Amino acid sequence: MSAEGRRAIISVLLENESGVLSRVVGLFSQRGYNIETLTVAPTEDETLSRLTMTTAGNEAHIEQVIKQLYKIVEVVKVQDLAEHEHIEREIMLIKLKATGVERDEIKRTTDVFRGQIVDITPDTYTVQVVGPSAKLTAFIRAVGNTRILEVVRSGVSGISRGARTLAG
Amino acid sequence: MTERLSGGDMLIRALQDEGVEHVFGYPGGAALHIYDAIFRQQRLEHILVRHEQAATHMADGYARATGKPGVVLVTSGPGATNAITGIATAYMDSIPMIIISGQVPQDLIGTDAFQETDMMGISRPVVKHSFMVRKAEDIPTIVRKAFHIATTGRPGPVVIDVPKDTTDPNVLLPYVRPDKVSMRSYNPAMKGNARQIRKAVQAMISARRPVIYAGGGVVQGNAAAELTTLARKLQLPVTCTLMGLGAYPGEDPQNLGMLGMHGTYEANLAMHEADFILAVGARFDDRVTNNPKKFCPDATIVHVDIDPTSIGKIVPAEIPIVGHVLPVLTEVLEILDAELAAQPINQKAIDLWWHQINEWRDKNGLNHHLTPEPGRHILPQYAVQTLYKVTDGDAYICSDVGQHQMFAAQYYRFAQPRRWINSGGLGTMGFGLPAAMGVQMAHPKATVACVTGEGSFMMNMQELSTCLQYGLPIKIMALNNQALGMVKQWQDMQYGGRHASSTYSDSLPDFKTMAEAFGHIGMKVTNAGDLEGAVREVFSPKLKNRLVLLDVWVDPEEHVYPMAIRGGSMKDMVLAKAGEGKGGLEE
Repeated sequence: MSAEGRRAIISVLLENESGVLSRVVGLFSQRGYNIETLTVAPTEDETLSRLTMTTAGNEAHIEQVIKQLYKIVEVVKVQDLAEHEHIEREIMLIKLKATGVERDEIKRTTDVFRGQIVDITPDTYTVQVVGPSAKLTAFIRAVGNTRILEVVRSGVSGISRGARTLAG
Repeated sequence: MTERLSGGDMLIRALQDEGVEHVFGYPGGAALHIYDAIFRQQRLEHILVRHEQAATHMADGYARATGKPGVVLVTSGPGATNAITGIATAYMDSIPMIIISGQVPQDLIGTDAFQETDMMGISRPVVKHSFMVRKAEDIPTIVRKAFHIATTGRPGPVVIDVPKDTTDPNVLLPYVRPDKVSMRSYNPAMKGNARQIRKAVQAMISARRPVIYAGGGVVQGNAAAELTTLARKLQLPVTCTLMGLGAYPGEDPQNLGMLGMHGTYEANLAMHEADFILAVGARFDDRVTNNPKKFCPDATIVHVDIDPTSIGKIVPAEIPIVGHVLPVLTEVLEILDAELAAQPINQKAIDLWWHQINEWRDKNGLNHHLTPEPGRHILPQYAVQTLYKVTDGDAYICSDVGQHQMFAAQYYRFAQPRRWINSGGLGTMGFGLPAAMGVQMAHPKATVACVTGEGSFMMNMQELSTCLQYGLPIKIMALNNQALGMVKQWQDMQYGGRHASSTYSDSLPDFKTMAEAFGHIGMKVTNAGDLEGAVREVFSPKLKNRLVLLDVWVDPEEHVYPMAIRGGSMKDMVLAKAGEGKGGLEE
């Protein structure tokens, strides 16, 4: 299935049991679906985990992905957050080469993106940036590829705006 | 007082409590505690196969013939991997099955122990669900859940992987079977949406060129009677998929026969020209639709299926109905009279439509009155027609995969559901004989025939030994064309007649003496004039209790027609070999 179309942020509530994640990931590889990011952790109810993944495709494709996810016996609820107003966050830790005048410049850029410098050595900064994926990508572009030593991104988490919840 | 049992005994007790009478399997180290538990009871019979793949097909055939889940028991490692083909076969055709696999003890899992394999992982893409037993006391609940999941919603195989330590005979625990199971994450739909059903009924009543396209879901969902009532009431033409054969009576004039790649001329043309299609329990498989972009351009499609993922997956439906076919069709019938009172069917248009369909049927329909030409090769179609005649159309027919399967599907006109047992989705060669064994176990008095080819048959013929052990009087008709016929047909049609690895005529066994070597009766027929007599003998009362293998030497050059033209629409078919009568391409 082509990755053309719109982006979907698929939130999945599933039983917190061993092997469930492999069923979800296996479904995607088995059916040729693309996963861009994936995060998973238990919820306030320790019997449930919440998984968020981003993928892209046309409406029919996204609908099929959601229906296929529902078919996994341990999946309780599935929703595409991108269909409604939502908040999307991703965390990035980025290690940058920072010497001489670059140190001030990176500091300024970090401030503009409301990031934090979380580790310092004489030659490097490690910066933490939080926000929608696009903001993280913009930060990478702003500091420039040549300075980057290492990037680690968490993948997208998301939640609906207002009173709407996934379980409800 | 609650009874205390070992894990192995719990497992067997839990199967008994589910009403299981037969378990098909093969023992091995990791499963021996379970086998000992079977030995110490009488309620449940274990059938020892000769290869685990056959155990899964037996359980599968049993399930298809009865609607009850088939149960398989294998050991870890190779036992488990050998079962995979049969599990995948059941998964593709939505057959309820429980597979219990032994596993190495939990403290050895992950150590590459002897006969260890990750059964949960290796089976994952081909099961509806799977469980691993972590604690013996969970066994009753897991078994209950496994049967619930396997048999409800869209049915399918469920694996229970059982580490050996959880079946330890020295550890006794209370056996507590839950009265019912509920899972917050598993609630399959039953009833369809009432508004959608009303819309669907109105669309089928106002249709001018309607067709019912019925699939395996109608058979599995036990809705053949409701489908038949509906079709008759509205004078709807019915075509069944390979999996749906028997959902509508085969000889009924409203039956157009099978559709799809080797479907009948009239069924495929009716689909293509239809203005309304009621797809029920069918999934628009590529062997049906041909090129989905060219599929049935004028049709309004109602799609009834229990699996929401089937709807809109290949072909969009104007009126989707998610639900079990039986309650949905029942509701259709309930509101039909009221809707008909408001708006009668367009009798004139329907008469015209039938006139057109009958014209197609007369022109290029299958000939069910083939006559033998003495001294000539036996036509495989004639062999199936003879089988149909001699068994009064009332046998369970299990088939393997290939040309013979298509000939059986075309020429054995099933009057009832669950009589046609074949591997439709996965196309598993070697399925036929063990599936027939499962059917015969379920229905000891029924006539069970296996229509096979010599290629498919050789993939599981070791089970002839099992047949002797359990006295299974299956009648095997091997349509022997001394080649992998369907492969060879494709090579004839698409590869310039280059028969790459599809022939072996110089090295075939003599099937007659082979059957005899296994303790059965073997017969061989090569002349068309002798066929009917031979078939009558196979099914004669004196051989009623014997397995008979009839080796039928058929015309090795015969192709299956019609055959869809790749990439075309449903109306694009080849009807005969170039230069043979029916004019080759039909476009």
